[in-house]
Amino acid sequence: MKIRRMVAIWSAKIISTACRLSGRQGVTFAGKVALRIDPNCLRDLSAQVRKKIFVVCGTNGKTTTNNLLCSAIEQENTSDVFVGKNSGEDGNASRKKENNHSGGYSGEKTGGIRKNKVVCNHTGSNMLAGVAAAFVLAAKNDGSLDADYACIEIDEASTLRVFPHFKPDYMVLTNLFRDQLDRYGEIDITMDMLNRAMQMAPDMQIIVNADDALSSYLAMESGHEFVTYGITERVFSEEEQGEQHEIREGRFCKNCGARLDYEFYHYSQIGKYNCPNCEFTRPAVDYEALHIDMSDGLAFDVLERHKIARQSSMEDSDDESITDENMKIKDAVKTADAVKTDNAVKTVDSVKTEKAYAVRKKLRKREIHEYQSRHIYADYRGFYNIYNILAAYSAARNAGLKLNQFEQILSNYNPQNGRMEHFQIRGTDVILNLAKNPAGFNQNISAVMEDKKEKDIIIVINDNAQDGTDISWLWDVDFDRFGKKKTNVNESAGKVKENQQLPGAGGTGEGIHSITVSGIRCQDMRLRMKYVDIPCEMTPDVKDAIEARLADGCGNLYVLVNYTALFSTRNILAGMK
Amino acid sequence: MKVTIGHLYPDLLNLYGDRGNIQCMKKRCEWRGIEAEVREFQITDEVNFSELDIVLLGGGSDREQMLVCERLKTIRGDFHAYVEDGGSVIAVCGGYQLLGHYYDTSDGRIEGLSLVDLYTEQGKPRLISNIVIQNEEFSTPIVGFENHGGRTFINENRPLGKVLFGFGNNGKDGAEGVLYKNVMGTYLHGPLLPKNPHICDYLIGNALEKKYGTRELSPLDDTQELEANRYIVERFVKKS
Repeated sequence: MKIRRMVAIWSAKIISTACRLSGRQGVTFAGKVALRIDPNCLRDLSAQVRKKIFVVCGTNGKTTTNNLLCSAIEQENTSDVFVGKNSGEDGNASRKKENNHSGGYSGEKTGGIRKNKVVCNHTGSNMLAGVAAAFVLAAKNDGSLDADYACIEIDEASTLRVFPHFKPDYMVLTNLFRDQLDRYGEIDITMDMLNRAMQMAPDMQIIVNADDALSSYLAMESGHEFVTYGITERVFSEEEQGEQHEIREGRFCKNCGARLDYEFYHYSQIGKYNCPNCEFTRPAVDYEALHIDMSDGLAFDVLERHKIARQSSMEDSDDESITDENMKIKDAVKTADAVKTDNAVKTVDSVKTEKAYAVRKKLRKREIHEYQSRHIYADYRGFYNIYNILAAYSAARNAGLKLNQFEQILSNYNPQNGRMEHFQIRGTDVILNLAKNPAGFNQNISAVMEDKKEKDIIIVINDNAQDGTDISWLWDVDFDRFGKKKTNVNESAGKVKENQQLPGAGGTGEGIHSITVSGIRCQDMRLRMKYVDIPCEMTPDVKDAIEARLADGCGNLYVLVNYTALFSTRNILAGMK
Repeated sequence: MKVTIGHLYPDLLNLYGDRGNIQCMKKRCEWRGIEAEVREFQITDEVNFSELDIVLLGGGSDREQMLVCERLKTIRGDFHAYVEDGGSVIAVCGGYQLLGHYYDTSDGRIEGLSLVDLYTEQGKPRLISNIVIQNEEFSTPIVGFENHGGRTFINENRPLGKVLFGFGNNGKDGAEGVLYKNVMGTYLHGPLLPKNPHICDYLIGNALEKKYGTRELSPLDDTQELEANRYIVERFVKKS
């Protein structure tokens, strides 16, 4: 019923506007109301997306990856876009049907160049209501939706509730870490839920982080067609990693239970692994980041194989003589490609899950492997952002986008909503960053420590339902790194340790001016710091804490917050500008 | 004086900030001038119980717990002798379940170590909550967080405490955890010890008494610990 859908859309828009005017996040509520009025609105609107629907899942990096992907698609000139064959049947069939109704590609043209229209849940509202809100708020008042693509991040547990409404064409799976355990139970439960959701969309292709053994295993196990991205070289020396004693939850083979061997790892369980006991191993990488340089922003090369071939004129050739031996190396890359190719073939052959193996074998037969490399630079901080960029890049390239403007897109992209968001307040540089689980927090600590300037740090910890009411994960974060001293004697040594036997006697580390703990569970956070001998100040009220550090700080302030602290803290900072 | 803490299989059983329990015991020894050594055991390592003063057995997912259980069965004899001889054990969540005879799940029975007379049955839903319990021997309540599918029954054993808020062993009999000789089993994580310094000192005291015949510990400034403890009690118990 179209009237019903229209009422749902109007109501959601009114609610969203009203909430925005009163300075609140009304997105989720708007989506809830829309679904209440018209339970079919999400299904009907998503069916009107003319080309492809992407979803982004995974513990960390969803929002940044999804927003980057959205920007990349928006900026692509449609005349450049390769439109792949739509292989989806059930979910996509209705989408095609609606295409005819809406007269195909009816987007606006400006001077012959047409920009894509993309539905996206930018704010990271990623449960069913948030997803519904993204569509209803993008819809027109007459109940129609004018969109070429949709980029939707979905909370892993919500995939089972969202997929009945639409079957995505692609799922980007960034990584799987321990997150908010009291909601999900254990990581095995999360993987099981994702797998069940994947089975609801059998034609969906998965773009997966090959360096995460858990995500890769899931992609293989699902039996879906998948492509991979990864970082194939060691980035951190063993010495640097000696400082991290993170829990590597996924270090054990999901297939046989043996401890995985790592040639190297980047952080947590992310790295180059193989199982010594069974055939499970890191899959061959289709989009490979190499020559990582983090000395000034993030610079790296992406070596891609796979998609180029599938777009080639020989796409439909079944000629079995087209094998890896015939691979054309287009752009010679500095690394020993011959060796890599060898490894890649071996790797693929030993993938254990037979279904996935069969899919890959089929893919390989149809492809000419052509390598192409591209240099990427972004003025971002944080190693994990390489994965976010790589994930968005792989997803877009895999879908046939050229991404000729990619570097421009990266430099235009403003991290939003507390993902390294920058504020300038009364002469102080304030960086707000979300951290909601050990893996994310450890990466944030790395990013803070990469900044060699002196800094103040505020850590805000809440335990509302959306944060996960269990905050025991704080003890799995390597906060002791905030107390680390540089061993270089030429550098200023910071406060001298006087007596290691007293709580707090360790002092803060090199370059750290102060640490303040705040939020609902600041007491737990204060204890966490006490038990690594790092002194901190406790100010439960976030605004008071920020005001104090703006007044007596060193002009460079990091505010690390968990989920529900994000919006309130962001409002406070925005109000101070 | 020196206390040696053995952390059994941290790379498998380390689900709920167990590292915090280790860190807490270690620091509270060191702050008093007691040497504390932490030994982490991998699943393939030999465990010489005679060299350990406190053993920590943490929580893991069901699958990981199975792996550990297979391994522990091979050293069950040594572990049993250690317990009967008054060795200190702190077992949390999955580790707590492993102390008993068995854990019945929908996928079958996981055999336990039978170190303590207790058993566990799977139930629905998972019991997830902040939790506050009281043991009459301590004036300060014990606070933490629980998240378990298993319902544990401790037969004639003493519980660690009476539930003031939350579910406890099985959500029915009002008991939480178990005390048997110097073994403490509990579903409380959060982790357990930092916000319950009295429990941490109790464990250290037990270990010292067995080793040196004295359980006297010099006092520490626990203002921050007790404030964090009181916050949980006031938020969840005193509100009603």
